[in-house]
Amino acid sequence: MSVGAIPAAAAGASDAPALRPVGRPLRRLLRRPPAVVGALVVLAFVAVAALAPWLAPYDPAKPDFLAVRQAPSAAYPLGTDEIGRDVLSRTLFGARASLIAGVISVAIAVGVGVPLGLLSGYYRGALDELIMRVTDAVLSFPFLILAIALAAALGPSLTNAMIAIGIATTPTFVRLTRAQVLAVGAEDYVQAARALGASDARIIARHVFPNSFAPLLVQATLTIAQAVIAESALSFLGLGVQPPTPSWGGMLNTAKNFLVQAPWMAVFPGLSIFLTVLAFNLFGDGLRDALDPRDE
Amino acid sequence: MLPFVGRRALTAIPTLFIVTLMVFAIQRSLPGDPALILAGEQQDPEVIAFIRERYRLDDPVPVQYLAWLGQLARGDLGRSLRTNERVLDLIGSKLPVTIELAVLSMLVALVIALPIGVLAAVRRGTAVDYGGTVLALTGLSVPNFWLGIMLILLVSVRLGWLPASGYVPLSEGVWENLRRMIMPAFVLGTGLAAVLMRQLRSSMLGVLRQDYVRTARAKGLRGAAVNVRHAARNALIPVVTILGLQLGALLSGAVLTEQVFTIPGFGKLVVDAVFNRDYAVVQGVVLVTATGYILINLLVDVAYAVLDPRIGAR
Repeated sequence: MSVGAIPAAAAGASDAPALRPVGRPLRRLLRRPPAVVGALVVLAFVAVAALAPWLAPYDPAKPDFLAVRQAPSAAYPLGTDEIGRDVLSRTLFGARASLIAGVISVAIAVGVGVPLGLLSGYYRGALDELIMRVTDAVLSFPFLILAIALAAALGPSLTNAMIAIGIATTPTFVRLTRAQVLAVGAEDYVQAARALGASDARIIARHVFPNSFAPLLVQATLTIAQAVIAESALSFLGLGVQPPTPSWGGMLNTAKNFLVQAPWMAVFPGLSIFLTVLAFNLFGDGLRDALDPRDE
Repeated sequence: MLPFVGRRALTAIPTLFIVTLMVFAIQRSLPGDPALILAGEQQDPEVIAFIRERYRLDDPVPVQYLAWLGQLARGDLGRSLRTNERVLDLIGSKLPVTIELAVLSMLVALVIALPIGVLAAVRRGTAVDYGGTVLALTGLSVPNFWLGIMLILLVSVRLGWLPASGYVPLSEGVWENLRRMIMPAFVLGTGLAAVLMRQLRSSMLGVLRQDYVRTARAKGLRGAAVNVRHAARNALIPVVTILGLQLGALLSGAVLTEQVFTIPGFGKLVVDAVFNRDYAVVQGVVLVTATGYILINLLVDVAYAVLDPRIGAR
């Protein structure tokens, strides 16, 4: 390991004893160019979503019937859509729906899945059996079919799309947490803590959960990538973000009807989805390698 | 072996049962009177009274559920609120289209993933390996409906090589059918190819370290013979399981692909049903896909135990 290559911030972090567990993986992460690029692209999209009102040259929802389906030009760098709205402004604002859906739906899945997985793996028995069978049942619904059924029941909206994606991705976290708990629970230090009379809650909070954290973080990052695709897919079908609110999937839904007249309408929203998802995947893969101590 | 099959089949039963409970719960969570919802636009009191009686809506909820299960057991999924066709018939008429699409895209996925996955492992750390990694990552990250739109733009609109959409049944001409299915199958197959490629590469790397591969080399067999006959054949076993588990993703992808290319399959049926508020159809499709997924994965696990006797012995 070349010490000279370590950036100052990471090296500084590793000097402080409390931060040591973070310092080493962070340094390993920073040594992986694809992961760093992924993280930077994610940050760029977050910045775009936050600053959209200031970055966008036009109002994303305001039609201009004098500038319908204009090809990209100096005035409209990415062209205009079928009712004269600026494609660049809509693409910038579209980052909001995708990122919000990606993060919130995974937060739902983690919030529901991790406690269930902890319970299932720690207490075993009938409760474990019940949780696992329900997990199998949820997994047996193809994700989009489940989301469609829920959207049909709840009505199409971004909130309901996030709930549907959250429910559909929960089983991954239940299973992963359970597997981690089973692995960690067999370790000597957990047996020792139990022998010393530590309560279940203390063992879970102090030993089991912290040791399960790394794989969960990796899975969460990679699941955000899937959730971003999922939200855009639902919006593409008309079951997610409702017009006129801009979303990348919704823009593609309209664009597919104007492929001959206005192909630019289809290029940039799709490219944005692709880049966002790719960035989360690169970052997640890098995180997995950086957090895996076996690579040392 | 047989005890394994029995145990595996037994776990499928509670799962199937929970699936029916969930579908029932989703249906009952619809806001409003279920009889009015099921009646759709025919708000005729007689129709509503008939539905109320048929689904036993005046009985306690557990009785309603059992009555519905009884209908399911007789293969009765209800009727479409739009066309009054039996839901089972409707699904039966659309399913072959989607199955053709799924089979073709699995072929596409295997044709892409097999050579690249095997080569990436054999030539680990070379340009082939890195190229394969980049390709797999791209395949996992590109939304398939956008890929479809871009392909239509290039192949149909710009080059005019293939029709952009539509469907011709196999019975009306294999060539005309394939001309319209090749792009959708490619679009749906790329995502699966990416998953298979990664899986095959890692299982191939595992197999290449095995003693029997070293033995094969030691007795003088040439590289290609060892890689294909000894290593790849064994590395393919976990890939079979992945194919089964990816079936759900494939069906989700088919919903989108059918929408992009206007293919009248299963996915188009359910999306149209949602917009027509045809709940009986939505419910039937959800139930049939989940049941199909459970049964196919049961078969995959059994096939796996047959292929690899160590599994059944465990």
